[in-house]
Amino acid sequence: MISVKKLNKSFGELHILKDLDTQIEQGEKVVIVGPSGSGKSTFLRCLNLMETPTSGSIFFEGTDITKASTSEVNLLRRKMGMVFQHFNLFPHLTIRKNITLAPIKLGLMSKEEADAKASSLLQKVGLADKAEQYPNQLSGGQKQRIAIARALAMNPAVMLFDEPTSALDPEMVGEVLNLMKELAEDGMTMIVVTHEMGFAKEVASRVMFMSDGMILEEAPPKAFFENPQNPRLQEFLSKVL
Amino acid sequence: MQFLMEFKEDLYANFIEDHRWKYLVNGLGNTLIITLFAVIFGMLLGFLLAVIRATHDKTGKLRFLNLIAKIYLTVIRGTPVVVQLLIIYFVIFGSVDINKTLVAVLAFGLNSAAYVAEIVRSGIMSIDQGQFEAGASLGLNYPMTMIYIILPQAFKNILPALANEFIVLLKETSVADYIAIEDLTKGGDIIRSQTYEAFLPLIAVAVIYLVLVMFLTHLVSKLERRLAVNDKR
Repeated sequence: MISVKKLNKSFGELHILKDLDTQIEQGEKVVIVGPSGSGKSTFLRCLNLMETPTSGSIFFEGTDITKASTSEVNLLRRKMGMVFQHFNLFPHLTIRKNITLAPIKLGLMSKEEADAKASSLLQKVGLADKAEQYPNQLSGGQKQRIAIARALAMNPAVMLFDEPTSALDPEMVGEVLNLMKELAEDGMTMIVVTHEMGFAKEVASRVMFMSDGMILEEAPPKAFFENPQNPRLQEFLSKVL
Repeated sequence: MQFLMEFKEDLYANFIEDHRWKYLVNGLGNTLIITLFAVIFGMLLGFLLAVIRATHDKTGKLRFLNLIAKIYLTVIRGTPVVVQLLIIYFVIFGSVDINKTLVAVLAFGLNSAAYVAEIVRSGIMSIDQGQFEAGASLGLNYPMTMIYIILPQAFKNILPALANEFIVLLKETSVADYIAIEDLTKGGDIIRSQTYEAFLPLIAVAVIYLVLVMFLTHLVSKLERRLAVNDKR
């Protein structure tokens, strides 16, 4: 589904991603872990071209998206939902309108269809009673669940999560992770950058370790956590587990 | 008693006799027409300039348009509005017969646009980058993100500054007399030249401006409160 070849990204002199190669199949749940500054988020943001790669290719459903035009990129992003660390809900719109804005304005759904979709998504994330409220009236965990609902409203083929629980109070982390777990069980293809090792163990089909802009190890969670090969990973795990 | 009698006579001479109050009413009408249309024109052009500038700042695109916008802002903000008014009337439209009010609307609108542009641009730049990214991540293109996500939020943030610009413009139109428009200020001045009395007509003009400004300020604070509804916890 997604195939990354020799991906490089530099910010000026700073070489963040170094010749990344990987493959992500439909239905996989890839969890990316690693120390801060290792390039995990930058890698994730390259996948939907929030960051423009310096060189290399990313194939999504067979086409090289690094060569896509601006309008092709916009079409591509409809298929890749993204959830941000800081939610990025639209504060001037009600929860319902946060969810329905893009489907309606892009002409994908009529207002009625979008409203129905929003209602069923709000049901799914357990916030059906919040439809007419504004984002600032919600807790962090609720905001992030709405952000997930907003991304799902586009019927994406893959969901990208950029540290979705890092900005949350500890007691709210669980509700967001549970929702993500449900999504995973529904068969959604997911790529998740996180520090939640428990989530990685439980939900991931593959865990990826990044350090210094390189993928140093990729393995199913059992092998990844119980039998790490790379010394950097061994050191990382000894610190976080 | 003596003083009151004199005051009454003055009032009569300045405003009632020969229907002199009409100079103020007609002048006020002209002032409001010029201000209103100049504001509309200035806002439209100002938003356009701001979007060009902000798009350039954010994405690096529109380099040529941005350069033109920058030159425009520099020239307009670097010269007095009276000079601009005179140039537009006597130089640009010097050889054509054109409605003076239209010239004033154009001149004050062009002037105001430059200030509005910088206010709006600062509003756009104050919106968190995450809002642009959220819009983009949903597949919205840049103009859509701007129109549905960024500008509504920016507008709310800059409303006080925009309203202030409107108020400044209202007062600035008092130089319209330079191209012989009979605005509110000129109306008071005409009465002064007829009655040889400066105090009452000019104070009357000042009071009318003041009431207008206070009324506008009141409207703006009402609007601000309404827009603040979704900020409440």
